Amino acid sequence: MSKNSQFVRFDKVDKSYDGKVLVVKDLNLDISEGEFITMLGPSGSGKTTCLMMLAGFETPTNGEIYLDNNPISNIPPHKRGIGMVFQNYALFPHMTVYENLAFPLRVRKVSKGDIDKKVDKALSMVSLTGFENRMPGQLSGGQQQRVAVARALVFDPAVVLMDEPLGALDKNLRESMQYEIKHIHESIGVTVVYVTHDQGEALTMSNRIAVFNDGKVQQLSSPDKLYEEPVNSFVAEFIGENNRFAGQVTEITKDKCKVKLNEGSEILANPITVKSNGEKTIVSLRPERALINSKEKMENNFKGKIEEVIYHGDHTRVRLDLLGNKDFILKVPNSSANMEIKLGNQINVSWNSFDARALDPK
Amino acid sequence: MSSEIQKILTTDGIPLEESLRKAEKKNKLKAFLLVCPLLLFLIITYVFPIGDMLFRSVDDRMVTNMLPKTYKAMENWDGKDLPDENVFEAFYLDYKKLVEEKTFGKLATQLNYEKNGFKSILKKLKRKMKKFEEGDYKEQIMSVHKRWANVEYWRALKRRAPAYSYSKYLKGIDMYEDENGKIVQVPEDRRVHKILWVRTVEVAFFVTVLCFLMAYPIAHLLATLPMKYSNLLMICVLLPFWTSLLVRTASWMILLQQQGIVNDFFVWIGLVSDDNRPEMMYNKTGTYVAMTQILLPFMVLPLYSVMKTISPSLMRAGKSLGGTPFIAFWKIYFPLTIPGIGAGCLLVFILAIGYYITPALVGGASGTLISNQIAFHMKSTLDWSFASAMGLMLLAGVLAIYWVYNKLVGVDNIKLG
Repeated sequence: MSKNSQFVRFDKVDKSYDGKVLVVKDLNLDISEGEFITMLGPSGSGKTTCLMMLAGFETPTNGEIYLDNNPISNIPPHKRGIGMVFQNYALFPHMTVYENLAFPLRVRKVSKGDIDKKVDKALSMVSLTGFENRMPGQLSGGQQQRVAVARALVFDPAVVLMDEPLGALDKNLRESMQYEIKHIHESIGVTVVYVTHDQGEALTMSNRIAVFNDGKVQQLSSPDKLYEEPVNSFVAEFIGENNRFAGQVTEITKDKCKVKLNEGSEILANPITVKSNGEKTIVSLRPERALINSKEKMENNFKGKIEEVIYHGDHTRVRLDLLGNKDFILKVPNSSANMEIKLGNQINVSWNSFDARALDPK
Repeated sequence: MSSEIQKILTTDGIPLEESLRKAEKKNKLKAFLLVCPLLLFLIITYVFPIGDMLFRSVDDRMVTNMLPKTYKAMENWDGKDLPDENVFEAFYLDYKKLVEEKTFGKLATQLNYEKNGFKSILKKLKRKMKKFEEGDYKEQIMSVHKRWANVEYWRALKRRAPAYSYSKYLKGIDMYEDENGKIVQVPEDRRVHKILWVRTVEVAFFVTVLCFLMAYPIAHLLATLPMKYSNLLMICVLLPFWTSLLVRTASWMILLQQQGIVNDFFVWIGLVSDDNRPEMMYNKTGTYVAMTQILLPFMVLPLYSVMKTISPSLMRAGKSLGGTPFIAFWKIYFPLTIPGIGAGCLLVFILAIGYYITPALVGGASGTLISNQIAFHMKSTLDWSFASAMGLMLLAGVLAIYWVYNKLVGVDNIKLG
């Protein structure tokens, strides 16, 4: 059985709450079966609204959402068969863990024996066997989270939605839960739509990430592509760190362009959105792609003054004043070769034109 | 092991417990002083009056003290036939003293509570007594009025002998102790209190149910509406609180009377004919309507405070997991509001069961409650001990309901806000 690459389809979906502002604009998004897709974006970017429309708690103002090729706008939430994990878990506080998990099965009139089996299976999946008779209030945040995940999966939904499920957990727990959810997804192959504003979370877990801003999907691609090859300056800025140079294109070929920076010098960059001479652009460069004192010959080679050195254990962050950008960040791996990094020193910084992406000026 | 049992000392060598007690002593004293005014207030306005009520309801020393000789003489009387001469003589002496002290009226009132007809024969005895000759008082007293020769009256007199009695409580539930010391019901045509008790519980129950049915949607709306609308609605709910109880009750009288606005409206829309206007005031209907309206906020507020804490995502979770809106409500939302329902119902029921002003004004004959009867005995018949007894019975009833309620719902499940 081939997997449906349009298992969930947003077709030209618009959403407005007040008739004046569009929170979601012309959304077209295909999610294939068994995929883990993350909607990533700053708050107010429309990602949660998309999730709520998919779950059925909001109706699209225009357009249609398809689930397995069936339009679902007129199907009420309880008939959609979509599991959902909420931001604050939304466990039923008056029911035990068992009853919480049994709820979706009971409303589906599953027999008692099957309920027991399925609840057992779901609990063992989140390694909470033996917690059946606890009340949610007696569980820690991480355990509650796992119950919520188990509850969303126990009735074998086709799609599971997760609305910032790890937002309330502390950092360590969040990271271990990320892996846990990822592994669950891999082992049962359910389609997951995950919403978060934490890019690290998105990069770790997803097959594909849809970066939302201003009601639009800015880029939809795999985590590595998103990080390595952002298609516009919002994505470049939102995902990971980047160093930016504002300038104007003076020369352009197929895969290279010369950008004259506002400060006067010229750098070679990789044209992504720029098409012609004279266009304004912002050149984006990942901190780890610029090297100091490189022995390799690189196309861009400049001298910068060290303004700040921050020790991070495994690496050192160095802030340089380079080509008029006083916030040029470098990440220097912690090795004995780089011990001479001192405040005020001049150092050589070089990078390839391919890694310097000339994007839209915003 | 021994090192564990050994007393732990502070750095200065004082036992830790003692040191802690010293350190906490000042705080405890401060805390006590802070609650002291309230404690005093409660004792003076609550514990003391209830204690006094309890005492009054069983205190029957007035008659006992008025007729000391009589009761002493009656000790050997078996109560079957008319008492002996010495009882009559003792009664004559006691009564003579009371007449001289001009306190015989009180005795007449008290004995009349016990048995009707005592007052007139005592008055007659007082008039005739002046001409009594010494000796053979039995004959002389019996000749004053034929009731004096009726053993029933002497038995009634003897029933008042004990200094403390529970007869008022029996009277409160239409019972009395008959000549043989058996507790029996009063004749059917005189059983007024039982009807009142039943009616009181019935009215309180239905008012609670009506309040609940109306308050639940209101409270839900209040808890879910956006702030600017919910504030307005909240004012609407609280507005009655800021109006005098009398004004509110009076406005119901204007609305519900036979020539009132509601009846006019019914006639206008053709629901009833003009000459057949229903009576909605001065009966149970009036009591129901007015009390429900007045007690509604007491149901809305606890419900609201509980509903406010229920996250809307719980209902969403219920629906997304496949529950229909009704199942999501019934299995998730409703159970979570039970603490509020408990608090609201208890509050309204207890307030309703002792409600006085509204039933007195709009209840008419068929809509008055037990509290009105208590007030009647406090103000009109001046039988305070009976009023006290009924008040205490009401209090005991409320406590019993509270106990049952605690067993069913659990008081720790109640949330007042």
